Amino acid sequence: MNSSAISVRNLWKVFGSGGAKIPLDPELSALPSSNLLERTGCVAAVRNMSFDVAKGEVFVIMGLSGSGKSTLIRCLTRLIEPTSGSVSIGGQDILQARPAELRDLRRQKMSMVFQHFGLLPHRTVLDNVAYGLQIRGAAKNERYARSREVIELVGLKGYESHFPEQLSGGMQQRVGLARALAGDPDAILFDEPFSALDPLIRRDMQAEVIRLHKDMGKTMVFVTHDLSEALKLGDRILIMRHGEAVQCGTGDELVGSPANDYIADFVSEVPRSDVLTLKWIAEPVASSTPGDAPVLSSATIIRDAIHTVMHSSSPVLVEDSGTITGQIDRDSILSVLRSTRAAA
Amino acid sequence: MSATLIELEKTSGTEPAPAKLPRRRLSRRALLLLSAAVVWIAGFVFLHGTGTLALPTSELTDLHRSLNHFNSWVASNRDDNPVFLYLLSPLRSAVDAVAAVFTTVFAASSIGLGLPEIGWLGTVALLGWIAFAVGNARVALLTVAVFTFFGLQGLFVEAAHTFALVVTAVLLSLLVGLPMGVLAGVSGRVEKIITPVLDFMQILPTFVYLAPLALVFLIGPASAVIATVIYAAPPIIRLTAHGIRGIPENTREASDSLGTTSLQRLFTLQIPMAKRTIVMGINQGTMAALSMVTIAALIAAPGLGQVVVRALQSLDVGTAVNAGLSIVLMAIMLDRVTTAASERALPATQRRRSRVSRRTRMIVVGATFALVLMLVQLSRTMLWAARFPQEVNLGPAITGGVDNASEWLQTHLFLLTGAFREAVTLAFLNPFQTAVTETPFFIMFAALALVAYAFGGWKLTALVLACLTMIIYLGLWGDAMVTLASTLVATVIVMVLGIVFGVAMGRSSRFDKLMRPVLDAGQTLPAFVYLVPFLGLFGATRFTAIIAGVIYAAPAAIKIMADGISGVSPTVVEAAVASGSTPWQVITKVQLPMARKSLGLAANQGLIYVLAMVVVGALVGAGGLGYDVVAGFVQSSLFGKGLAAGLAIVFLGILLDRITQAAAFTAPSRSLSTAQPTTTKEA
Amino acid sequence: MRKTSVLKRLVPALAGAAATALLLSACGGSTVNQAAAADGSKTACGTVNVAMNAWVGYTANAAVYSYVAKEKLGCNVVQKDLNEQIAWQGFSSGEVDIIIENWGHDDLVKQYITEQAVAVDAGPTGNKGRIGWYVPPWLAKAHPDILDSKNLNKYASLLKTSESGGKGQLLDGDPAFVTNDEALVKNLGLDFKVVYSGSEAALIQSFRAAEKNKTPLLGYFYEPQWFLAEVPLVKVNLPKWTAGCDAEPEKVACDYPDYTLNKIISKKFSDSGSPAAKLVKAFTWTNADQDSVATDIQKGMAPEAAAKKWVDAHPQQVDAWLK
Repeated sequence: MNSSAISVRNLWKVFGSGGAKIPLDPELSALPSSNLLERTGCVAAVRNMSFDVAKGEVFVIMGLSGSGKSTLIRCLTRLIEPTSGSVSIGGQDILQARPAELRDLRRQKMSMVFQHFGLLPHRTVLDNVAYGLQIRGAAKNERYARSREVIELVGLKGYESHFPEQLSGGMQQRVGLARALAGDPDAILFDEPFSALDPLIRRDMQAEVIRLHKDMGKTMVFVTHDLSEALKLGDRILIMRHGEAVQCGTGDELVGSPANDYIADFVSEVPRSDVLTLKWIAEPVASSTPGDAPVLSSATIIRDAIHTVMHSSSPVLVEDSGTITGQIDRDSILSVLRSTRAAA
Repeated sequence: MSATLIELEKTSGTEPAPAKLPRRRLSRRALLLLSAAVVWIAGFVFLHGTGTLALPTSELTDLHRSLNHFNSWVASNRDDNPVFLYLLSPLRSAVDAVAAVFTTVFAASSIGLGLPEIGWLGTVALLGWIAFAVGNARVALLTVAVFTFFGLQGLFVEAAHTFALVVTAVLLSLLVGLPMGVLAGVSGRVEKIITPVLDFMQILPTFVYLAPLALVFLIGPASAVIATVIYAAPPIIRLTAHGIRGIPENTREASDSLGTTSLQRLFTLQIPMAKRTIVMGINQGTMAALSMVTIAALIAAPGLGQVVVRALQSLDVGTAVNAGLSIVLMAIMLDRVTTAASERALPATQRRRSRVSRRTRMIVVGATFALVLMLVQLSRTMLWAARFPQEVNLGPAITGGVDNASEWLQTHLFLLTGAFREAVTLAFLNPFQTAVTETPFFIMFAALALVAYAFGGWKLTALVLACLTMIIYLGLWGDAMVTLASTLVATVIVMVLGIVFGVAMGRSSRFDKLMRPVLDAGQTLPAFVYLVPFLGLFGATRFTAIIAGVIYAAPAAIKIMADGISGVSPTVVEAAVASGSTPWQVITKVQLPMARKSLGLAANQGLIYVLAMVVVGALVGAGGLGYDVVAGFVQSSLFGKGLAAGLAIVFLGILLDRITQAAAFTAPSRSLSTAQPTTTKEA
Repeated sequence: MRKTSVLKRLVPALAGAAATALLLSACGGSTVNQAAAADGSKTACGTVNVAMNAWVGYTANAAVYSYVAKEKLGCNVVQKDLNEQIAWQGFSSGEVDIIIENWGHDDLVKQYITEQAVAVDAGPTGNKGRIGWYVPPWLAKAHPDILDSKNLNKYASLLKTSESGGKGQLLDGDPAFVTNDEALVKNLGLDFKVVYSGSEAALIQSFRAAEKNKTPLLGYFYEPQWFLAEVPLVKVNLPKWTAGCDAEPEKVACDYPDYTLNKIISKKFSDSGSPAAKLVKAFTWTNADQDSVATDIQKGMAPEAAAKKWVDAHPQQVDAWLK
């Protein structure tokens, strides 16, 4: 996959002394966490992880706290040094990069937005946003001009000379976002950026990210523990548990065909009608179905199909790139809605 | 979603703590402590008087004799050894030159009148202006008032001398301390190496190195300043390192993610964010410098210390108190000015909004500087502005008043205080000291090892045994046990006071306000000042020495306890009151248990502070290691023993510090950094 | 804003006022330069560094010497407060010229006079020093036989304190003092324990309290000492000193010898031919002389004033020093 922006292969991160040996040892590497801790005193936070992120994709890493997702995203820029495996960004294996190359990569290609913002309290908003550019050695005029642009982009115009403490949490995270954007990186990493924010503000910020992604088309890796956030933002979602990937796929894949009970339990509360497309509930076309029945695309989300199905006297046909692949009727829609309500 | 999954937090990067079983651990610890007590008591009962390793006061060991040679070696090598010629002598000249600049400006110019170069008026004006520039108008006013009061006390020149030396020492401490602190802050390895060195520098009694310093750097300001730097630099180094280290992980990470080099990180992130802590370090260092400059009077450092020492020698309480008052006032002034400066070091938003804008402030600062220049010029020409008018002198009034009061106290309270002393000594001190000193050393080894193991496992046990072995090697086991006994008794008293007053202050902010200045005075008043009246009240006894230690140590313990108690969440207290607790129940069931960490810290600091007074206590009858140190300072034939005793005090200090720390915290953190007389918290 | 403008106007006003004051004051009052000129006229004999040891007897010697050197010879006398040990170090570093009352110190004599040859003996001060065991006067009066060391064991229980561990207490003083007391107690078979008070101040204060409160006390003391003028302590007789009886410190069983107190000066100063060096060599007086000055100082008179009082009362003696 040459077009992938980020490519991770067999990545391990083991905390504790002697952790470097564990990925190589077939017996130890197969142990579950609690046994591993007992045997070696080590904790494997990321185990044998492999995935690719395509250019321009929003890739979500999701898991409960302690699942290793924050460690994983930090391994991508070596804020945490991985134990073994490879991470290549734009074709360059960053685990082999020398400190200067790594710095260059962080300055030019990847930037990060943090859960607790990580703003410098002794600098104004403008200086915080310009910080990355200053580090690169950009001239004062240039970096302030660029920073003002970005500040306007994230909707903070007029707050340039404020200090972080004078801003609300949501505004502070906008500063964090602006700082990440200022350097015009290829990819932005988000580490649970909105989990410290109020629900309403979180919704605004999610919309903001969607808007920015639409405008700029940057590759984004987004860590969250909130499934609805993951479903809202993610092109694809990777679910982690105990440092391992449990399932990776699009939102409707996860909901529609969970890989195991864990995922099923995980997604059970999701309103299926909001996530699943017709593809997941289509049944074989019955002979009784009239040929002039309404036709809907298999990528239509179930909720959007309700109106058509309910007002049609016959089942509705489902097509996928021109071919009729199946049909749905009122019963199939209702059973999806019923299961959603039961879970809630 | 299924929120019932409980998973380990593994993202922090630290090694996981072994699984904890609190109940079992507690009972095992209790068991170990109990067995330590059993070993000790049984050892005392069956073996007392044997293996006590007591060394008579006037006898030496071979080690002491060989250490004695240091003196003669220095004397015979000073003129031709390259270390002296190319390193120490230039260092001394440089330090002398810096000291001379400040002394000339503030205290005594070269024209021989004993007048400051810029006169008293100029000095007051300039210092007031500096206080305004780095702090605010309030501390500027305080500075002016305090220095004028020195003049009224008849001690302007002496105070200015002390001030000049403090300034010199603090500047040099910064020169050494800031880079070291930064280094220790960024590198864990450097910090590991440096921490024991700093412990050593802070616990080693001044008397031990004062005489050798005078031998190497000669009598006078250079030696005094260097001694002061040795004492004042550690808090600066510690707090600088602490500030740099204490930067929130997420901020550091954010800056790293942008690709900062380590130098960029240092200058754009670590130093700016640690600024406030660093200035607090300067505050602590300044206070330490002041107390040391006073003691350095013993090697002819000019200033208030000289007045105090001379007064002590002629038992002149009044004069000593007058000069002591100056020292306390100077301490308060230095504390407030540096605290104000540290507030100015906060980012603009965290400060209380000032009423004047930045620009107006700059204008005022500039304009007042012009005024200062004029006053300085005035002082350089007019005698009345150069020498403080001697017609207005409150000195004799203060001296006389204090003399009368002290006389009255000694006459009327002696029987009472004498009886009290006898009761405490006979009921507690003597039995306890006997139990410590008469127990064979190997029993004490075993008992202390058990205690160490109970609190800190093998690592601590090894450290404790190493310390004890060193004390035996130094040949001073007997004296060390005498000192240990007094130190522990004093610490118990300190803790009782700490709890009583700490709880009272923690519960009432009015009482807190009332007590703070008293506590500050207790910490900054040179012990020499109150030794004389105490001698009158309690005689030359260990008890007097213990009281001196308590006076010095109790304020720290009280402050820590008060902060701990007032730090207990008001919600919890409210809940306790709401469920019908009596005030006594609130204190014993809620506030004290919740302030347990403070209790441990107070005990730790109490011990270290008491230990710092061991040598001073020896001047009024404490005996033990302190006496050896003093004797080594004044008799060259005892120099080696004094040095050994100083080292023994260090080992004793490290041992006590580490055990109490381990007892107080599950995760030990450094605490010596606060072992300085300081500073009220500005509410 | 209002506040700001007031400040802005206030500052120049203040500055102007100060300038005016400065101009006015220049017309009246004495100036620093006049004072300096008046003071700096007589420095013919140069600077003399006098070490100042702790006890008041020493201060009396130094005060009188300094007063005469300053007033009659025009020297610039610098007094440095140092303990004995450190003061001797000052000879080799050139920071001390004179120690004006020295008590023995054979080890220091050997190091600095014999070996390093940086100091010389400038002759006796005329004062006789005596060290011994003393009791407060009330005790001597109440129990006259306590003054013989043979009877001391009889009073061991009387002299017992909480510090002395069941034995009688012998209170020693400043660690700087010469003492054989531990050996003496052992070798005389006394049921006593030496308790170290730790400083001269502690010792004096203890004797003062003992006399005032009529509490028993036996302690190390010495004369000449101003305190004896306040409380005339009585000396206990130890077995008489004979030459050589204190040769081996561990076996001492006799009284302390009488000390001939002397002056030590630096070699350089001695060879300089300065009139101040001549003066220090000639300086002698009696214990009574010293006590009278020391008592004045102790009562609160400034050392300089006490010295002046004595010098004015003894013009012939002073003239003899200056000849």
